[in-house]
Amino acid sequence: MIRDFAVVWGERSLLLSGLANTTVLSVLAASCALMLGIVLTPALMARRRVIALPVRIFVDGMRCVPFLLFAYIVYYGLPSLGLRLDNWSSGLAALIVYNTAYMAEILRGAWQAQPREPIEAGIAFCFPEARLFRRIILPPLLLTAGPVLGNQMIQIIKDSAFLTIIALPELTHAASSIQSRHYVPFAAFITAVLLYWGLCLIVEAGVSAIGRRAEARR
Amino acid sequence: MTAVSKVLDVAGVTKRFGEHEVLCDVSFQVDKGETVCVLGPSGSGKSTLLRCINWLERPDAGHIYLNGKPVGVMASGAVMHDRELSRLRTHIGMVFQHFALWPHLTVLQNVTEAPIQVQKRPKAEAIDEALALLAKVGLADKRDAFPARLSGGQKQRVGIARALAVRPDVLLFDEPTSALDPELVGEVLVVMRELAREGMTMVVVTHEMGFARDAATRVIFLDRGRVVETAPPDRFFAQPQTERARQFLQRYAGSANGANGR
Repeated sequence: MIRDFAVVWGERSLLLSGLANTTVLSVLAASCALMLGIVLTPALMARRRVIALPVRIFVDGMRCVPFLLFAYIVYYGLPSLGLRLDNWSSGLAALIVYNTAYMAEILRGAWQAQPREPIEAGIAFCFPEARLFRRIILPPLLLTAGPVLGNQMIQIIKDSAFLTIIALPELTHAASSIQSRHYVPFAAFITAVLLYWGLCLIVEAGVSAIGRRAEARR
Repeated sequence: MTAVSKVLDVAGVTKRFGEHEVLCDVSFQVDKGETVCVLGPSGSGKSTLLRCINWLERPDAGHIYLNGKPVGVMASGAVMHDRELSRLRTHIGMVFQHFALWPHLTVLQNVTEAPIQVQKRPKAEAIDEALALLAKVGLADKRDAFPARLSGGQKQRVGIARALAVRPDVLLFDEPTSALDPELVGEVLVVMRELAREGMTMVVVTHEMGFARDAATRVIFLDRGRVVETAPPDRFFAQPQTERARQFLQRYAGSANGANGR
């Protein structure tokens, strides 16, 4: 067993580049999804149905599709519609589009839980709509939704493992290459699990930092 | 009374929520420097009236004039462009029942936010003015605190400083002390009395009979959405002209001599 881990250690550069790819993929996907989610949230809250309904359908639709299936559609399905993306682009696009729906839904929920009066004060003080959202509505949303957004970040890290099926050289892909090359499944996969765990710990540290900021303002 | 001295003119404002008529043909005027207290039983439409004045609610009929200029709807009846409406409304300050401070901003940022972001005033100037206003409401030392760390009375004093920071022509108070513990009411009323003395034009919806009695220049008694009585406070409290006002005052007799004054 120790020897198996020594084999894995020997392949550490492969694992580390997988870890780096997973990190880049997750951070990029999470920040893009959060930004797009922020853009969609006011649309979800819009009183006009023409605006709210299409976004609602997108969000509900995405949340009901298994991510693996969605990644298949983007990578294998879209080319038959004439859109061919390489594995990096389609993996990243799948993660972003899929999680945008979650981010928007998380922020919408947090928005509905906000007290109405501070927002009304913004209207009374004549903030134009876009500025009202950016300056008055959004910051408390991000603070109160912090823990849930952090959870979603962890979800993104874990979902990125599915992208091994489209040969994206992320952490899970690296671990399975090592196991198939040397036949050390337990050591290879456990090492990957520990590395994922480490990433999640970093995310959680970030979440609790946001939590402390939120606490001072609650 | 010249037309210029009228800061606020509420003309025939009517507001319905569905079948229910909350305000019915409400008219009154406020001169510069006046403190008008709007009294009335709960559900009489007092808060809705304030919300109509600054266009948080759109009246179904009637007009609001600020310094002689129509707010919201133009003389022709056409609905006003948002930017034009904002330009007028920014001269109406509002103090809320539940303070409505912005929780993610410090006390100082709460006060400077609208002057900088909406009125586009230079940052340094807005900060100087905000610090002066915080000193005025006795909270200079709390400039960097977040609202969550303040008592209710302190929050409401920040609310008043925030409303003053937009240099309003008229200040609207929506039951500013109703959400406060009794022992914190006094510190807010002290600030409001000071403003009244300095000649700030104010419309105050309140249940503080003591404040209405000795700080108001005029009392408007609202019942079931109608102005039932308008009178100087000494006359209103001593000799109410209508039965409904008499009944209302009897119910408040206890607090009229209020422990909440000073």
